[in-house]
Amino acid sequence: MKADVLIIGGGLMGFSTALHLAMRDTRCIVLDKDSPGRHASGVNAGGLRQLNRHPAEIPLSVVAAGMWRHIRELVDSDCDTRFPGQVRVAENQTDLQSLEKRAAMLHSLGYQHEELIGREELYRLVPALARHCTGALICRNDGYGRPFHALDAFRRKARSLGVYYQSDTRVDGVVQDGVEWRVSTLQGEFRAPVLVNCAGAWANHIAAMLGEPVPLKPGAPMIMVTERLPHFIDPVLGAAGRKLSFKQMQNGTLLIGGAHMAQLDLLQERTEINWHKLALSASSVMTLFPQLKDVRIVRTWAGLEAFMPDNIPVIGASVTAPGAYHAFGFSAHGFQLSPVVGRILSQLILDGTSELPIDPFRIDRFA
Amino acid sequence: MKQHYQLAVIGAGPAGLAAATLAAERGVEVAVFDEQAAPGGQIYRAMESIPQHRAGQLGDEYQRGRKMVSAFRASRAKYFSETQVWSLNGRRELGLVRHQQAHMVTADQVVIASGAMERPVPFPGWTLPGVMNAGAGQILFKAHGIVPDDGVVLAGSGPLLLLLAWQYLHAGVGVKALLDVTPMMNHLHALPGLPRALLAGHYITKGLGYKRDLKRAGISTLHNVRSLRAQGKDTLQSVSFLHNGREQKLETSVLLVHFGVIPHTQLSRVAGCRHVWSDSQLCWRPVLDEWGRSSVDGILIAGDGGGIGGARSAEHAGRLAAMQALYELGAMASDAQQRLARNDRKWMREELHIRPFLEAFFRISDDMLQVTDDDTVVCRCEEVNAGQIRAAVADGHRDSNQVKFLTRCGMGPCQGRQCGEAVSHIVAVASGKAVQDIGHYRERPPVNPLTLGQLAGLHPEEAE
Repeated sequence: MKADVLIIGGGLMGFSTALHLAMRDTRCIVLDKDSPGRHASGVNAGGLRQLNRHPAEIPLSVVAAGMWRHIRELVDSDCDTRFPGQVRVAENQTDLQSLEKRAAMLHSLGYQHEELIGREELYRLVPALARHCTGALICRNDGYGRPFHALDAFRRKARSLGVYYQSDTRVDGVVQDGVEWRVSTLQGEFRAPVLVNCAGAWANHIAAMLGEPVPLKPGAPMIMVTERLPHFIDPVLGAAGRKLSFKQMQNGTLLIGGAHMAQLDLLQERTEINWHKLALSASSVMTLFPQLKDVRIVRTWAGLEAFMPDNIPVIGASVTAPGAYHAFGFSAHGFQLSPVVGRILSQLILDGTSELPIDPFRIDRFA
Repeated sequence: MKQHYQLAVIGAGPAGLAAATLAAERGVEVAVFDEQAAPGGQIYRAMESIPQHRAGQLGDEYQRGRKMVSAFRASRAKYFSETQVWSLNGRRELGLVRHQQAHMVTADQVVIASGAMERPVPFPGWTLPGVMNAGAGQILFKAHGIVPDDGVVLAGSGPLLLLLAWQYLHAGVGVKALLDVTPMMNHLHALPGLPRALLAGHYITKGLGYKRDLKRAGISTLHNVRSLRAQGKDTLQSVSFLHNGREQKLETSVLLVHFGVIPHTQLSRVAGCRHVWSDSQLCWRPVLDEWGRSSVDGILIAGDGGGIGGARSAEHAGRLAAMQALYELGAMASDAQQRLARNDRKWMREELHIRPFLEAFFRISDDMLQVTDDDTVVCRCEEVNAGQIRAAVADGHRDSNQVKFLTRCGMGPCQGRQCGEAVSHIVAVASGKAVQDIGHYRERPPVNPLTLGQLAGLHPEEAE
């Protein structure tokens, strides 16, 4: 089977890329080794966060935020998005100083989306919060979405524009044959002049096939969800001194993440909850919302994500193989970036250049 | 509670009691974790405290439990009552809650003896208050002596339905009708299993005995009932159904339903044990070897949790699992293990003779399994109906987990316990695939209630 562009990985990055290419009349094949949304794209915490981004990611994140606001225009669905803001609370003087430093740094770069707020404003926004907090950094137009619904919408829209998708198709080998890439799978050979690596936690294998190994580390951040509760908090809440992400979803459940990692069996692609570490997330919640002590945990899970040593992704053209591109390694915060990353890749592939600065994400930065 | 035991047994029904008793008698350090207040499991529930006159009503099989429980009590196995296991993983770490305190305990060998649960079968109106599982009714009866005073309608299929009707009859409860939804065609399909079943003839004699008693008492049993519907505004008011092609309606405020039992597989699934779809038992069951060894090292499964075989067969399976655990722990030599196993193997085989017949005879109709009525709620936690599940399949979501992601079915507090089997079945039929290929929901712990406060308070145990 042949197309203009062959995309390995049917997650959000893969489908966003396919969608943006298809919108410009490019024929795409998307191959996925599993079912749609099986890994990070389907099971992440769904944060739409500009707050506290790595400086290199800020230009992308700001554009992405605008795209999420109008996501229906792109994928015919609102992806269950909400924009109640995200806050990062300070619980002591040290926390507050680090938030102040962050705000100053951002303002010096010319960004205004992160705003320092005092105690009073914080408790006006989050009255349920324990009383010891001293202030917060807030991004008022941040929010969250439902990842699987977003993936479903991207996939549906891409396919409606002619993108060919095949699940359960693992890539075994990649060779460049003249102007064409030949990708071999158990389900047959696929060919295209352009190859895109969006293979998530397995992207290092594809990169290695292209002769540019990367120090990618798969990891599985744990998430837990509680029973439904009456609405009591609007913004998504994090803390300067803790690994925590806390939000109440549309249906009243609490979604609690915190980047504590599950045990991972990569061979079997199984994750096992590390309860002692997850207990740390529960302890954080107890400190910030002690009234939630008797709330039942309904489910926990951990999805497989790709982490890079510097916690920012690889985005851009291959250095070794002309006609190959990468977008992976989002280090557990790629969901928000997915619309803009697809657009960037489509521009790189069709125009040879991107509207946004992506130099910090070069694949050869680890060499 | 210690941090580590040589053998952890989960559940204190026939399989768990037999396993723990044998292992403890052989000098191994055994801990039994049980949800109940006292040993006995579902079948021998409240064994030690039940008054003599009520024990009499409950039939002689029930008495058998007394012997097991006292042997267990006499052994050196440590018994932890009212203990919920909310997690088990491949490294044999058990997450427990006892008296509101969470614990993590490890074991060299684990025997899961989690038993059976009633098969949830969604049908129109099954979520109305007043409709409940016959087993739940039986538990109320056994443990608390609570019986509905204005009579009940019983509906469903399977041997327990007769037993329950018989037990209510003996307790003086009005049974307005017994609606048997077993399809008539099953009689034909079960025939090949009958000769073998007669080898375990005492079960059949017993079943026929119940039937005779019910008939004598004037309880009307309607066979080949179809299109069962529970109706009412906020609570159950009536039950409608088709019988001999005629639409019928019975007024009642309590409908007890029972569609047989299926293995309780939440723990074995969360531990990562491999499971297969059993087309004869119409349920998921773990893959086990002759000792009850699962695909996960050091995790054994005994009794109905490994596939429905009944209480007596569970006893033997429990002992066989204990023998294997003893062997692995170096507490029993291989030849001694083989020798000891001989009788249990033989008796277990005899017990199982009747299963193919029972499975074929009481097989539920395809109509009910597939939940043909689109408006019937399948996932009661998240209120997802059969039509929405079929729509998700039509939309290209081709396994249980994708349907779950999209519709939220199975994401509620019951963790898919109530809808998992039905969803596997609906998706398989709608997508024209085998249930085995559709898979079950991936199990997401905790499989039993655990609060944020309890998890936050989790700390390693001090040694006793």
